[in-house]
Formats: sequence, structure tokens, C-alpha cells
Amino acid sequence: MDAALPASRDYSLVGRDSQRAVETGLAAAEWYYTDVPRKDIKDLMRREDGPAMRDTAIWLGSMVVLAGLGIVLWGTIWCVPVFLAYGVLYGSASDSRWHECGHGTAFKTRWMNDAVYQIACFMIMRNPVTWRWSHARHHTDTVIVGRDPEIAVMRPPDLVRLLLNFFGLLDAWHAVADMLRNAAGIVSAEEKSFIPAQEQHKVVRFARIWLAIYAVTIALAVYTGSILPLMLVGLPRLYGAWHHVLTGLLQHGGLADNVIDHRLNSRTVLMNPVSRFIYWNMNYHVEHHMFPMVPYHALPRLHAMIRHDLPAPNPSILDGYREMIPAFLRQLRNEDYYLRRELPLTAKPYREEFHGEDARAAAE
Amino acid sequence: MSDWIEACTADDIDEEDVMRFDHAGRTFAIYRSPDDEFFATDGLCTHEHVHLADGLVMDDIIECPKHNGRFSYKTGQAKGAPVCVNLKTYPVKVEAGKVLIQLAS
Repeated sequence: MDAALPASRDYSLVGRDSQRAVETGLAAAEWYYTDVPRKDIKDLMRREDGPAMRDTAIWLGSMVVLAGLGIVLWGTIWCVPVFLAYGVLYGSASDSRWHECGHGTAFKTRWMNDAVYQIACFMIMRNPVTWRWSHARHHTDTVIVGRDPEIAVMRPPDLVRLLLNFFGLLDAWHAVADMLRNAAGIVSAEEKSFIPAQEQHKVVRFARIWLAIYAVTIALAVYTGSILPLMLVGLPRLYGAWHHVLTGLLQHGGLADNVIDHRLNSRTVLMNPVSRFIYWNMNYHVEHHMFPMVPYHALPRLHAMIRHDLPAPNPSILDGYREMIPAFLRQLRNEDYYLRRELPLTAKPYREEFHGEDARAAAE
Repeated sequence: MSDWIEACTADDIDEEDVMRFDHAGRTFAIYRSPDDEFFATDGLCTHEHVHLADGLVMDDIIECPKHNGRFSYKTGQAKGAPVCVNLKTYPVKVEAGKVLIQLAS
């Protein structure tokens, strides 16, 4: 759908569109939810430790084995595939572990969630305090311009930035800059806009701990005269980032913004089992946003339960990119363009009157 | 001065569950613990405008369905980020199978 609104978007969390979202009621709005009987949603939300303990043992156990192999094979061609696999577990699987444990849904036991959350945050280079709060905002105001701090593809899309981030280049650069700034005791105005005052000192504390870990790693690399320590800690955030970017862009890329129905701004994509393990089932993204307290391992069951009310999922990653890339290219010429998800006949229709710009565009 | 208001019957809530109760323009959450005791709190999370009755009860904790904010529904205590402000609680009694909550008038 091509819309005709000329104004460019202001993604600042303290800027014009942020203020406008508050004034128009788009901020902290009442979102659409598919009706699910209380008994069923309770059953889906119920916590257990088993699936995440198994998956975490596979994840971290594989990383230990691959790190050992990488050290042994260092200097030979055979270390390349080993580090490619290690990198994806470090620089991509950590993204979904950060996410799920941040929601507190991966494990039933609280300390297990917290422990894996801290490990994953370090690997993906996301301050555990800042990103817990930014993600809460992302769920309150999903893809609301000026309110959501986690919009991966702003309009018009910066395709160079997207490509660089397949290797973590810009994200890691910003993460290092943020870490240094936070470690110096500075919390930015944007961070203060979504982190409560009583939590802000923790941002600084974690940044200083991380800085110490990176300083030790760099010192070890200098002392040994080898980048091997950095191949194990830090650099995998770059060379292993591609999978989490590949899957993450599909979450909302090319879809509507400033709407209050996750069926319009989120995408569910059916994926192969390896990607689903790395991604911890976040390919069921509409379902996750509607019911964020459903653990990752229950999302396939939730999908089966509510798919009658959702747009048809993309059948593969490739299919998702086949619709998303042309949308990005079109948004370069018209940033108001978006892909409108068609609903099945069994679904409740979109509430056009609540869809802000969408409704205005449709009216013109 | 205070009033006891009938919120529901005891059978309306499963053990280790919660239900919503709206009264006089306000919304409350009524809980039944695993020990078959009843409790009441304000119905909305103190973090954002989300009904706790859509959340998950685990032992003496109510977890907000949106952001994982956790409270003790017995004391109202906020248990950590993203909730920082305690929930208001209300006295509850059960008489003749009816759950009554005491609201200050």
C-alpha cells in the first residue's frame, strides 16, 4: 500500500514523533489480542526448566568444545569452520538467549534465567539493564516511531547499515561507544527516557565490569602476541552476527509502523530446525508479541492455536526476504510504503480506526 | 468508613489463579493461592497499563502478562525490574462462598 503522507519520521525517543505518539494515544495503547481461553493461555504460559536446561547445555557445551578445537587447530585452515560455528553460537544464539531470559520465560527457576541473561548480554554486547528496559518499551510501543528504541530498520532504510550489521560492525561500534560512555558514569538522555532513575547506576556498574573483562582479554592478546583470545571473546560478536541479523530483520522489516495490531507490524516465518534452535523459536514473532509471557518452547503450540486469526506465515527465510527486500527498495523512494499483511477469512478484521497513519492513508 | 464488596464466588477462581473484578470505575485483581487463600490487589500493573488478571500466578507471585513484572500478591511488594512501585492490596474475606474485598470509601 502506498500512502501519501510527506513528513519524514523522527525516531528520536525525545523528539517530535515521540511527543506526537503520546498526544495521539499511540504510546502505551491497548493492542489487539486474539481471544484465547484463560485455561489454554495459562497452560501455555506455564514455566518449566527442562527445555531451556537442555538447550543451554547444548549451546554452552558446544561452545566449550568448539573453543577447545579452535585453540588446538589455530593456525591451520581447519580452524576456520570451527570458528564460524563458534561465532554463530556466540554472536547470534546469544541474541535469542538475551531475549528469552530477559522476558524471564525461558526457565522456571529465576536464577537460571538471570545467569543465562547475563552471559548472553555480554556476548551480544547489550548492557543488561539498558536493554531490559528498552525491550520493555519495545513491547509496549512496538514499532511506534519515536517510542520504540529497538526499530531495526528505520525509514527510509539505510541499506549500507543493514549490510554492515551482518558482520556486527555498526552495532558493535555503538555498543563499545556506549560501554565506554556508561563506564565513565554517563547515562544519556535517551537512556534516561526509558530507564528509571533508581536503575541507572546499575548501567554504569555493568559497563565497568565488561570493560575490565575486555581489558584483560586485550592484555592477554598483547601478551601472547596473538588475536586468539579476541577470537574467543569479543570478535565473535562480529564474525558470528550474521544469523541473528538474518532472522531478526524479518521480525518487523517492511511492515507497518504506528499501528496497534501486531498482525500488521510483525512477521511469523517458518524456519528450519537449526535456525529455530539458534533463534529459540522467535520466528513465531506475531505470537510472541501478542503473548510475550509464553515461553519459546510453547510458541509452536500457540501458533497452532491462533493461526486462524493471523496472516499466513512466510514459509521460509528466503520467502520472507523475497517480500522484504523489494519493500525496502520501495521505501527508499517512498518511506510511507509498507507491506500490508492479508488476514484469512477466519480472522477478526483490522481495526482501521485505531491504526493512526494507516487509517489516514487509507482515507486519502 | 469502609465497605465490603462482593467480588465473586470462591468457585469462580481456580487455585493458583487470578480474575479481574471491576467496581465503581476501578479495576482489581482477585487471587486464589495454592493454599486456597484469597487476596486482592489493584488490577493494573504499576509499570504500565496492563491488567494483571491476564498474567500468571506462581506460588505467591503474580507476573504481569506484558513485561514480566512480578509482585507478591499477598503483600503487593514489587519484586524487581521492570516494576519498581508496589501494588496496593486490599483485605479479603470469604463468607458463604462469596469473596468480599474491603474498599475504603
